[in-house]
Amino acid sequence: MRSLVAIAGLAVALAALGSPASLHAQRPLDSARDRSSSPSAREAAPIDLTGYWVSYVTENWRYRMVTPAKGEYRRIPSSPAAVPIINAWDPSADVKAGNQCKSYGAGAIMNVPGRLHITWQDANTLRLDIDAGTQTRLLRFTPRASSKAGPTWQGESTARWEPVAAPDRGGSLSVVTSNLRAGYLRKNGVPYSERATVSEHFDLAPLPDGGQLLLVNTVIEDPVYLNAPYVVSPHFKKEPDGSKWDPTPCSSTW
Amino acid sequence: MLIDLVVRRWALAVMTVALAAGAVFAQDGAAVLASRFEFAGSWAPIGTEDVQNDSVPVDYLGLALTDEGRTRALSYDESQKSMVERQCQGWGAAYMVLGPFGLRISTQTDPATNRLVSYTIDAWEDWMAMTIWMDNRPHPSANALHTQAGFTTGRWESGALAAHTTHIKAGFIRKTGVPLSDQATIDWRFFRHGDVLTVLMVARDPVYLVEPEIISKGFRLSKTPLDYRDPCVPGYEGREPGDPVPHFAPDQNPFLDEFIKLYNLPREAVLGYRDTLYPEYRKKIKDTYVPPPPCTADCGVAGNFVRRRGPTP
Repeated sequence: MRSLVAIAGLAVALAALGSPASLHAQRPLDSARDRSSSPSAREAAPIDLTGYWVSYVTENWRYRMVTPAKGEYRRIPSSPAAVPIINAWDPSADVKAGNQCKSYGAGAIMNVPGRLHITWQDANTLRLDIDAGTQTRLLRFTPRASSKAGPTWQGESTARWEPVAAPDRGGSLSVVTSNLRAGYLRKNGVPYSERATVSEHFDLAPLPDGGQLLLVNTVIEDPVYLNAPYVVSPHFKKEPDGSKWDPTPCSSTW
Repeated sequence: MLIDLVVRRWALAVMTVALAAGAVFAQDGAAVLASRFEFAGSWAPIGTEDVQNDSVPVDYLGLALTDEGRTRALSYDESQKSMVERQCQGWGAAYMVLGPFGLRISTQTDPATNRLVSYTIDAWEDWMAMTIWMDNRPHPSANALHTQAGFTTGRWESGALAAHTTHIKAGFIRKTGVPLSDQATIDWRFFRHGDVLTVLMVARDPVYLVEPEIISKGFRLSKTPLDYRDPCVPGYEGREPGDPVPHFAPDQNPFLDEFIKLYNLPREAVLGYRDTLYPEYRKKIKDTYVPPPPCTADCGVAGNFVRRRGPTP
């Protein structure tokens, strides 16, 4: 009898264990049903990132607000393969090649001083417009079906909410970006390659004056031009409206 | 009997795994953050962000100082560190994110209830240990003792550890003499994503800061425990009671232009004016700023001008 009870318990446990796993396993078969029944990313958002945000440059000022000297890559764990490229940086050659947006790609754009405008493009796509360089990032919660598009400055971003377990509230937005066009981590030509990936967590924190801070914890990995992950965490203050929104074109020198 | 025992143990183990899995995945397969995370342990500094700003005497980049704060900072002479009563001023609470060290964090629990009472972030070479009280105790009276580390309480909030520090002894927010008053408060938030801990500091000071100083710094979970280092302990270094306090007249600080010339930086940025922290300022100096020439000698690692050089031509 005890064995029967125990076996029954095992069966229940296996069923319980199977539930999350089976959800994943069944997802391709039930995708149509899931789409109709599960909440959209917009509905499931544990935090509200929408609105206007401005860079508050209290860190890395000398590398962000002005263009550092050619050849300086302090704080970036560049690989030996990157050093000749760093020393050969030629902004005019970038302009001639149509590459003046090299320092505005997803590997660097959140560090470029400017403003973000975050909106929902649709129920499962968060859109980040950035006035510096007039760039747009699309953070997709439902991956696109096998995109064959070539690499771009902003790449392909897959997003996922990480809500805090109930009964607490809040959470984080996790974003992984790849399929990037080779770019610069810093304006003065410190490179990342097309094989780079950018992993980000978007977190919110209250400010003492009642405002809100957006912190973007960023880990950039590149098997070609980085010896180790490059970790930065730029932050933004919430603004009441878009009155200071000022799109500017990319610049290879500024 | 043996089969019964084995099956029951398997059932228990599988149920435990199932519960754990439930904590990781919600019904829609999305990852779920635990409402609190393991904070204790050794966290090594990642060091890929430039937050220290203390390699030259006058570098107030990234700060929004009041005029009084700027004047006090410019009057600072490094020789003050030879005075017993001023030796530890540079290593206040804020140095947790400004300094180059890692974090060794332990927990203290109530032996009767086993409930968490506090976290302690250990001292590291001059920085004083910080206790984060987690037992809902109130902050002491405003007249209570102010210390280098201050008095800090914490709580879990939205998957992060939020902490608030008061009772900070008057000292520096940069160890090169940029002042922080004893009226300053600091709000901390500790985020953990995988093996990366991000410490966010929001320091307010009604006396010396026009806007909060906000710094975030990354740490990586260390597989090997960090060492314990002694905190700052003042000692005699030649200055006698009654000796004058080493200082400069603020407008005659001999290091005023050093950093400005080294990197061709705008004076108002180096002196910590608020407007220099926002994107509009970048546009303002766009047509006047000239990057420094490439370093050709004594460049040190990563092409950085680690040694001082003469004025740029």
